[in-house]
Amino acid sequence: MADVERESIPAWSLPADAVDRIRLEGDWPDHTTREWALGAASGKGVRVCVLDSGIDPDHPLVGGIDGAVAVSVDDEEVLVDEDDEGDLCGHGTACAGIIRSLAPDCSLFSARVLGAGYTGSGPALLGGLRWAVEQGFDLINMSLSTTKSRFAGILHELVDSAYFRRTMLVASAHNMPVESYPWRFSSVISVGSHEQDDPLVWYYNPDPPVEFFARGVGIDVAWLDGGQIRVTGNSFATPHMTGICALVLSKHPELTPFQLKSVLYLTATNVGSTE
Amino acid sequence: MTEDLHAAVAAGVLSADASYRSLLQSIVDVARAIFAAKASSITLLDEGADELVFEAVSGEGAETLVGRRMPSGTGIMGWTLTTRQPLVIEDVAKDPRHAREAAEETGYVPKGLMSVPLLHEERALGVLQVLDRQTPFSLHEMELLGLFGNQAAIALDLLQRARRAKEVLEAGGGEVGVVARVATALDELEDERREAGLRLLEALEQVLRERRE
Repeated sequence: MADVERESIPAWSLPADAVDRIRLEGDWPDHTTREWALGAASGKGVRVCVLDSGIDPDHPLVGGIDGAVAVSVDDEEVLVDEDDEGDLCGHGTACAGIIRSLAPDCSLFSARVLGAGYTGSGPALLGGLRWAVEQGFDLINMSLSTTKSRFAGILHELVDSAYFRRTMLVASAHNMPVESYPWRFSSVISVGSHEQDDPLVWYYNPDPPVEFFARGVGIDVAWLDGGQIRVTGNSFATPHMTGICALVLSKHPELTPFQLKSVLYLTATNVGSTE
Repeated sequence: MTEDLHAAVAAGVLSADASYRSLLQSIVDVARAIFAAKASSITLLDEGADELVFEAVSGEGAETLVGRRMPSGTGIMGWTLTTRQPLVIEDVAKDPRHAREAAEETGYVPKGLMSVPLLHEERALGVLQVLDRQTPFSLHEMELLGLFGNQAAIALDLLQRARRAKEVLEAGGGEVGVVARVATALDELEDERREAGLRLLEALEQVLRERRE
């Protein structure tokens, strides 16, 4: 965690004698470049949780993980247990492989929230997200969403609390005309797809709710049984953005989610410097 | 009279079921033609049984798959349903587990597929799939698939409503039963009382709409 120990100050005001305590080192360059943002970064020290169908830790493109839990729902009670089943569908392994390809030294964790059957999917998703926020991961990759409005309020609270605890949620946007969550909340990084092949091309969208576009078309990814398949979808653009965030955070662990978003904006392919 | 009305409503509901089925079939036929695909299917989620049921199939499997059921968490379809995210896979054959599952489910193993959740309001009603597309893929195709998905979701919603109405009518009770009985009673009244009854119903309608708003 990149949390900075500070004497607490009142939440809603800034007394004169507290100003010095929140002084930040102005070490951002006048012109924020990619070289400054993530040059030579490897993701080392950044803890990333993949909230998905599980991760196959033995897949060569995943290169091992640092922990895995399975989230299940038993009679409305959410259970979080150690998971040794790996991946039930391939999707989580695909996301983990993409993150690993961009940030080879990051720490990957799996929270399996799929596989509880259709009816258990909403509560398991919420339970898994709550667990991940409590663990204080630096990044949570969510290549999934829910359309159930009864979960929207509690999801909103959860993603806001993540944001304030310096956990950045990276969530897949929907490319269909429906209301779904949590990608629509402004405290997450929402991701759609572009068609280019370069994993380090990302665009800032000046017309939200989708904030960024990352590589999401025709990607060869890790799948079940050590195999690979070629896939397309915002689900796979999302871990690209997560990997890029991991690079930035490993080089600049002090960044808050707001600052991280600012760096992503300033170094987006359509905005500033891609040097 | 009541029996006539009951029969009339039931006939409407019954023919609605058939119409919506044709609409679903037309959607998979058009999807298959536009994407120059080997097959296309629409599956409906049966929430009670937590199963996906094939409702319409075009191309490969059209003869055998309609009505076939599988657990809602199965394979790519299950993933699409629970994550509510569309997914395009170019070469499923490289994924042995999926191929085996698909073969067991449908008797046909596609090389590539597009899978999109059918979402209506906040419910996930089912999944639309297009198998072995011949057209080159771009994000434009994904949007097109989303549009088809939207259309299919509306048709599925109508089909579900028609089926629920039919069940209620067949059971002879419930909310629709009450409405049918009121309509019958109204129909049997003389002119003056009938007009008063209509006014009362209109007032009731207004109250119900106001409360909803």
